[in-house]
Amino acid sequence: MTRFLLAVLFAFASAGAAAQELRVGLGSEPTAMDPHYHNLSPNNSLLSHIFESLVGQDERQRLTPDLAESWKAIDATTWEFKLRRNVRFHDGTPFTADDVVFSFERAPNVEGSPSSFGIYARGKTFVRVDDHTVHVKTAAPYPLMPNDLSQVFIVSRKHGQGAKTPDYNSGKAAIGTGPYRFAEYTPGNRIVVQRNEQYWGEKPAWQRVIFRGIKSDPSRVAALLAGDVDLIEQVPAVDLERLKKDPKLTISQTVSNRIIYLHLDHFRDDSPFVRAKDGGPIKNPLRDLRVRKAVSMAIDRDAIVSRVMEGQAIKAGQLLPEGFFGVSPKLRPVAFDPNGAKKLLAEAGVPNGFRLTIHSPNDRYPNDAKIAEAVGQMLSRIGIDTQVVTLTQSVFFREASTGSPEKGPKFSFILVGWGSGTGEASSPLKSLIATFDREKGMGASNRGRYSNAQVDRMINDALATVDDVKRSDLLARATEVAIEDVGIIPLHYQVNTWAMRRGFAYKPRTDEYTLATGVGKAN
Amino acid sequence: MMIFVIRRVIQSLVVVLVMSLVVFVGVHVVGDPVHILISDDMTQQEIEDFIRRLGLDRPVHEQYFHFLANAVRGDLGNSFVYGEPALKLILQRMPATLELALAAFLLAVVFGIPLGMYAGLKPESPASRAIMAGSILGFSLPTFWVGLMLIMVFAVMLGWLPSTGRGDFMTWDGLRHLALPAFNLALFKMALVTRLARAGTREAALQDYVKFARAKGLSPARVVLVHVLKNILVPVVTVLGLELGGLIAFSVVTETVFAWPGMGKLLIDSIQRLDRPVVVAYLVITVLMFIVINLIVDILYSMLDPRVRLKEAKA
Repeated sequence: MTRFLLAVLFAFASAGAAAQELRVGLGSEPTAMDPHYHNLSPNNSLLSHIFESLVGQDERQRLTPDLAESWKAIDATTWEFKLRRNVRFHDGTPFTADDVVFSFERAPNVEGSPSSFGIYARGKTFVRVDDHTVHVKTAAPYPLMPNDLSQVFIVSRKHGQGAKTPDYNSGKAAIGTGPYRFAEYTPGNRIVVQRNEQYWGEKPAWQRVIFRGIKSDPSRVAALLAGDVDLIEQVPAVDLERLKKDPKLTISQTVSNRIIYLHLDHFRDDSPFVRAKDGGPIKNPLRDLRVRKAVSMAIDRDAIVSRVMEGQAIKAGQLLPEGFFGVSPKLRPVAFDPNGAKKLLAEAGVPNGFRLTIHSPNDRYPNDAKIAEAVGQMLSRIGIDTQVVTLTQSVFFREASTGSPEKGPKFSFILVGWGSGTGEASSPLKSLIATFDREKGMGASNRGRYSNAQVDRMINDALATVDDVKRSDLLARATEVAIEDVGIIPLHYQVNTWAMRRGFAYKPRTDEYTLATGVGKAN
Repeated sequence: MMIFVIRRVIQSLVVVLVMSLVVFVGVHVVGDPVHILISDDMTQQEIEDFIRRLGLDRPVHEQYFHFLANAVRGDLGNSFVYGEPALKLILQRMPATLELALAAFLLAVVFGIPLGMYAGLKPESPASRAIMAGSILGFSLPTFWVGLMLIMVFAVMLGWLPSTGRGDFMTWDGLRHLALPAFNLALFKMALVTRLARAGTREAALQDYVKFARAKGLSPARVVLVHVLKNILVPVVTVLGLELGGLIAFSVVTETVFAWPGMGKLLIDSIQRLDRPVVVAYLVITVLMFIVINLIVDILYSMLDPRVRLKEAKA
């Protein structure tokens, strides 16, 4: 009897895994099926199965033609996008310039959107020239046009007009041009997409893809081990060694576009979390380049990568890893040199160090609190007595951005991360390095209020240079000056990891997206 | 009876009001949802617009009165994260949680009562000792650990059952998905019922009416199943009634471990993302549910036990 029961159970266990079906375990679920609702990685990742943008990003975030076949700047302030012909929406209606104009009207104006796509659409005028040509005009030269346009999905005008987020969640309006079509969305449970047989590009490999949100790390790993899913994202570092040894599994990894770095107080002479050794006030030594250099030299990045991150990181010398647009070929991670650091402290007039508090979130980045503790110990070794305070992200980011009495940054020394959605160096330069200016939207996340006129000039020049080679060079030089000046202290780049059952292969992506289009059958 | 019910309803409204105030102020001091929701690329200006749109720039008491005014009309606010009505999100996930809670409840009764009675009738036998030792484990092992062990053994090693997720309701696949989380959630209650049943049985077994029934020559089965069982059920039912509310409202850990798409998972996700409207709505609904369950238990009590008079509950 038991034998029979077991046989039945086994039969059912294996029946689910049809050859044409792919089952994916997601670490974080999307919050809506409306592609313009929430500018959040899990949303953008999942919705790129159903919807497409004019410009695509490949697995290294290089720009590729998608719904636009080609694009060029036809004068200083106008970009021309030639749209792909013979593309149809899932309901059979042809894709035209009207849909593009409509999508960019809709994107910044979605009701209740927690983080809007307005940043990519504002300041741009979309003009339909003919069915397959769109002109985009801006007030000033704008080289990042293709990058911005790669971030906004094109929806069908026919179904999108008047449609609100719930209409997309129900599937009624979730009509795109992508390789898969919407089939089912049960919030908190699963999202199912089905192959678009009329897809304009290469035929999608899977008949049906089921995405399941399994937020708990050990449960997600267990689901893979049990064969309930074929592929999982966000593999926890603690399990990685074991999973690598498992002959039934394959691991796929790549460096991510996210850097973990330290921001230091550049703008206050009396910094609230910097004190003299005796606890009394001290003129903020972090404003002295030599002290900043000493701090950077005191950090053993190799130890952080190997011990704290268990090898799941690559030590960083600038804002984006090599291979990305606009990175400097010259910059290397600062070498660990505690004696040199002590010497620099002595030259700067604080031979015995000072007291410092490092603030860090404890639930935002992998091992964030542990990294902060490691940094604290390393600094204490060169005489900077460092206290470590870790906070939950909701408290940390509020205080770090607007916690001071003047509604500015509160902390003196923080650990944070930055992922470059546009996949090029102007993103971190503009937000982390440029002088804070709320009107211009510069330095929005510059929580150390670093300010360097020379760097600002180079960033602004770069943002007005349409020529790719020249812009790349300007961005690289701006990065070099800011890093030499220790505007921020880069620690490491994260590594993105996927694990899958043997027989599957995934093209790992720098942007952390998990795409069924990147999953193939291994030989 | 009518007066009792009316008085209870008024009391309940006061409780809900006080609770909503406590929760509202509570979620307010916990942290700021804005910096979790926004994307890093947004400018300061856009962040401020967003704060204004959510009404988070206004003082807490104004936000609270705004919330109350809407709540009276049945609108508990829109989720910050999902942009849909909080009430809808909760109700959407309620069936999954009810399914899980009722299955766990059933398991607790079906296994707990027989095991407890056996242990009560034969307190010295090795099996009884094993049952009691097991019930201590059921009490003391952390739910998330047991959940993970269940997944490791039954899903990963043996491959009998799916590790996570939910199937369709009342299908074979659905039951297979239900088995592990329901057992995990039931374990604690099962231990509780076992101990209650054992204590009751030991007491009842010594009562005169049981001795008399035996002396009358009734079969042991009839003595146990009729005379003992009936009498131990009263405390067991009372406790289970109260525990059911807890099962429904706070199956958070089990739902998280098994990725069960219920309300508990929604609650914990909402707390982590500081989705205030959902947290407040959830707790308001929970309080209402407890009040209703308690009211029903009280009324049932008066019906089951004529010695209980409802009008005496004047407080």
